[in-house]
Amino acid sequence: MSTTLRLGDHELSSRLILGTGKYASLELMKEALTVSGTEMVTVAVRRVELGERGTGAFIDYLPEGMALLPNTAGCYTADDAVRTARLAREAGYSSLVKLEVIGDERTLYPDVVGLLEATETLVKEGFTVLPYTNTDPVVERELLERGAAAIMPLASPIGSGQGVSDANALRILRELFPDTTLIVDAGVGTASDAALAMELGADGILMNTGVASAADPVAMARAMGLAVEAGWLAASAGRIPRKLHASASSPNEGMISS
Amino acid sequence: MSDAAATVRVNGRDEPLEPGTRLDVFLSQLGLDAQRVAVERNREVVPRSQHGEVTLEPGDVLEIVAFVGGG
Repeated sequence: MSTTLRLGDHELSSRLILGTGKYASLELMKEALTVSGTEMVTVAVRRVELGERGTGAFIDYLPEGMALLPNTAGCYTADDAVRTARLAREAGYSSLVKLEVIGDERTLYPDVVGLLEATETLVKEGFTVLPYTNTDPVVERELLERGAAAIMPLASPIGSGQGVSDANALRILRELFPDTTLIVDAGVGTASDAALAMELGADGILMNTGVASAADPVAMARAMGLAVEAGWLAASAGRIPRKLHASASSPNEGMISS
Repeated sequence: MSDAAATVRVNGRDEPLEPGTRLDVFLSQLGLDAQRVAVERNREVVPRSQHGEVTLEPGDVLEIVAFVGGG
């Protein structure tokens, strides 16, 4: 098993990818990103505010050397997502994109038809497409057939903090696509959620709200970094089978006599 | 429409346009650093290397974007 996570041209030693939204301040964001150990962050693409100088302020707060993964969050059509991805490539000099085509405002579930269409278009244009979607293996297979570079199923709805809501679905994806990079994207609420997702076979985890909206984002960022690493190590180590009855850890021989 | 009233649509708002303005000049008039933004003109991305070669036309629709925090 590789100890690094490969995404596009990037070789990442941390398997945690963090979002950069929702932080109370940019200083807090920077500190959280730094202590988490992450080497890649997601960023959104938005219109600049005219008349407001210093457009670069946000970017300036990212720790040095941080790889950027632009997203198409907020796009509800394949066309908008494709345009946003093209602009992101121009803005960031990189062809990596976290592709979102959202189909429903309340659940933020993907519009899988639009997602397939946008994936096909962007792959043809040379993008490394990381599509956020649900845990449907049929959709994941269709995405891979269109050239997606990884599968990115949600653990539970974006920003919900519900953790892994369908562990079997993640197990099934891991089993069906053993050689595909699998990033669990969205829904992680605390460290145990992250560790569980890794133990179920994820190659990495992408999260934002779970860290940024924690009462202490810096402490949670560190916890998530440790949890992702711990989950990865545990998955690689191979857990013991579950047994119904106890199995003593200390020798039965050599006991003092009564 | 007279030249004096010429406008381009920038991020959903009309902005005055001096006839013959190049995109690189226009961006600096708006106070934007071209290295930190990406520009789409009439639905096509204009690569940074071509900002100096594109002359804006009245009625052009521009989207000018940058990275912000997001998940």
